[in-house]
Formats: sequence, C-alpha cells, structure tokens
Amino acid sequence: MNRVLTALLNGLAALGQGVLSAAAHTGQLTLFIRQLMGRLIPAWTRPKLIVQEIYAIGVLSLVIIVISGGFVGLVLGLQGFNILSKFNATESLGVMVALSLVRELGPVVTALLFAGRAGSAVTAEIALMKTTEQLAAMEMMAVDPLRRVIAPRFWGAVIAMPLLAGLFSLVGIAGGYFIGVVVLGVDAASYWGQIQQQMQPMDDVMNGVIKSLVFGVVIGLVAVFEGFNAEPTSLGISRATTRTVVLSSLLVLGLDFILTAWMFGA
Amino acid sequence: MMNTQRGIEIVVGAFVLAGMLALLVLTLKWSDFGTSSVSGYTVSAQFDNIGGLTDRSPIKLAGVTIGRVSSIQIDPKTFEAVVTMVIGSQYNDLPKDSFASIYTAGLLGAQYIEISPGGDTQVLKNGDKITMTQSAVVLEKIISKFLFNKAAEK
Repeated sequence: MNRVLTALLNGLAALGQGVLSAAAHTGQLTLFIRQLMGRLIPAWTRPKLIVQEIYAIGVLSLVIIVISGGFVGLVLGLQGFNILSKFNATESLGVMVALSLVRELGPVVTALLFAGRAGSAVTAEIALMKTTEQLAAMEMMAVDPLRRVIAPRFWGAVIAMPLLAGLFSLVGIAGGYFIGVVVLGVDAASYWGQIQQQMQPMDDVMNGVIKSLVFGVVIGLVAVFEGFNAEPTSLGISRATTRTVVLSSLLVLGLDFILTAWMFGA
Repeated sequence: MMNTQRGIEIVVGAFVLAGMLALLVLTLKWSDFGTSSVSGYTVSAQFDNIGGLTDRSPIKLAGVTIGRVSSIQIDPKTFEAVVTMVIGSQYNDLPKDSFASIYTAGLLGAQYIEISPGGDTQVLKNGDKITMTQSAVVLEKIISKFLFNKAAEK
C-alpha cells in the first residue's frame, strides 16, 4: 500500500517537475526576448558586426542552399512531368514547380537547411564563448554581450533567411526548366507563360517572403537563446546545439502550417 | 583578401544584391520571355467563345506547334473574340480557307488552336483573317444540351 502511494507520488512529482521546468524555460525565453529587444536597434550603431554575421550565416550557407535548390527543382520537374503527362497537361509544369517552390519548399527547405547549417554554428559559437567565459569577460570590460555578440547574429539570421529562400526558389525553377524543357521537351513558352499567368507576385511571392522572414526570426532567436543559456560544459554545448536544430526544425514546420492556413486557407 | 573586413563586405554586398535580385525576378512579370523567339507572320481569327485560351497559347498544325497566340481582344461590334496569332515564317503556304478550331489538350490541359488546312490555292499572308472557326467547347453547355434532350425524349 505504502509502495503504491510512493510510486504515485513519484509520478506526480515528475509531472510537476516537467511542468515547472517548461514554465521556467518559457519564462527565461520571454526575459531573454525582452532583453534582446532593447538591443536590436542599438546594434545597428556598429553595422560592420552585422555585415560580418551576414557573411558567416548567409554567404557561407549559399553553397548548400543553391545546390539543394537545384536538386529540389530537378526532382520537382521530373515528378511533376510524370504526373502531369498522365493528364496531358505538361504545359502546366512551370507553374507547378514555381508555385510549390515559392509558396512552400523555398521557405521551408531553406529554413531546415539553414537551421542545420547556420543555427547550429551560432549556438555552438555562443555556447563556447560562454563556457570559456568570454561573455563574462566582456561584461567585466563594460561591453554588453547581448549587444556586441547576440544581436548581430540575430540580425544576420533575419536578413539572410529571405534572401537565401529567394535564391533557393529561383535556382529550383531553373532546375525544373532544365529537366522539363531541355531534357523532357516541354514547350519553353508554356513553361514561362503559365508561371506568368498563374503566379501572383504580390500574393505568392510576398507570402513566401513573409514565411521566410518569420522562419529567420524563429531560427535566429532559438539559436542565440540556446547558445546564451547553454550549460557551460562540453556536454552542455553539444546539447544546446542539438536542441537548436530540433527545436527550430519543429517550430519551422509547425509555424509553416499555421502560416499556410492563415494565408492560403479559407 | 577574402578574410579581410573589406573582402567580407564586398561578398556580403554581392550576396544581398543577388538575393534581392532573385526576389525581384520572382515578382516580375516575365512579359515576353519565351515568345520573342517566335518570328513570322500575323493572322487573326474571330471566335464566339475562346474558353480558356490565353496569350502564348500554342497554334498547332497536325499536332505540331507552329505559332503562338499574340493577343486576344473583343470586337466591339460583333462581341466576338478576335485572336491574333503569330505563325512561324517557314509555314507560309497555309491555304487561305484553312479552318481554326479551339481544342483542349487532354481532359485538363491548356487550350490551343488547331489549324486544319483547306484546299484553296491562295495562301494566308501577314494580316489575313481566318474566316472559318470553331469555338471552344464548353463542357457545361454539352451536358445541359444532353440533359435537355434526355428530358425531351420522355
């Protein structure tokens, strides 16, 4: 009887612990966001730092983004051609490739790759700075690490994300063109003509840009938060890096559904 | 060079510019992309109903694309659609009494104009008009006709 009671209480305690730590985590994140908000505008007094971060986060991600975009476009072209040729509608291949890229695959796949390529690097860098007490040293010298280290990295992610997503979509459309028109013989004028007729610049492209901006904010925030709050040990760094990739990927996919329902839903 | 601050700034500038350009290209209406390659002579035809025909729809002869629709307007007097098409200059001996009809590629495909050659010895020239045309088939009309016929039979 006593043992059952203890087990029950243990289970209850585990549940309570989980809820409390989740609440603490959320509170930490909220406080962190509030602190960061105040530094976002002042960070622009040193634009060179932001430029450097755009280089580290955006330019160095170009290779993986462009190559993936090309292959996604090639696959979309092949798959789309196979399906559309059953309905004798291969003229619509262009618009199918372009809309799937601009609306969905461009922002989402770019964000997932971006979280893996750039988000993890940012987290690891900041976490190591914290572990080796560089952040504490900065504070000792009256340099605000949030403004000097965190804010520029956040801006770098927010600025780089939409640009990378745009490049991804464009390279993907070119890949679809290569497979569809050059290899499989779809009419070139139909490929471009259908894209032009069916794609609404202000709706489709703007919605893609909004999505990728939101994803940039989410990934940037998660990456700097996890790095900043990492446990200052080698295990802590590796955990923080993993959490960044997992959490930002899940958030991107979940938010994508919400954003899509909001933009394209009834 | 690449690791100096200036090198980084240049690369970042190029990256931002390329990204903006990509977004701009996506937003742009690619006005005449793909059609500029079609050069030839222009003929027009009037249709009661063009269905889903649009600019740049293909013109086909025996299933082979020989030209493009260049513009679609409404004749203000007859209320008919005037379709202007550009046909490749190598197909310059189409008989004058050729027949233009609007068909759909497959069940769901895009619509196109099929030219059926006539027997006239005179040929179509730049600015000519195809007089014999057949409009696009509207599925609802066929179904309603069919249903009315069925109802009348009873």
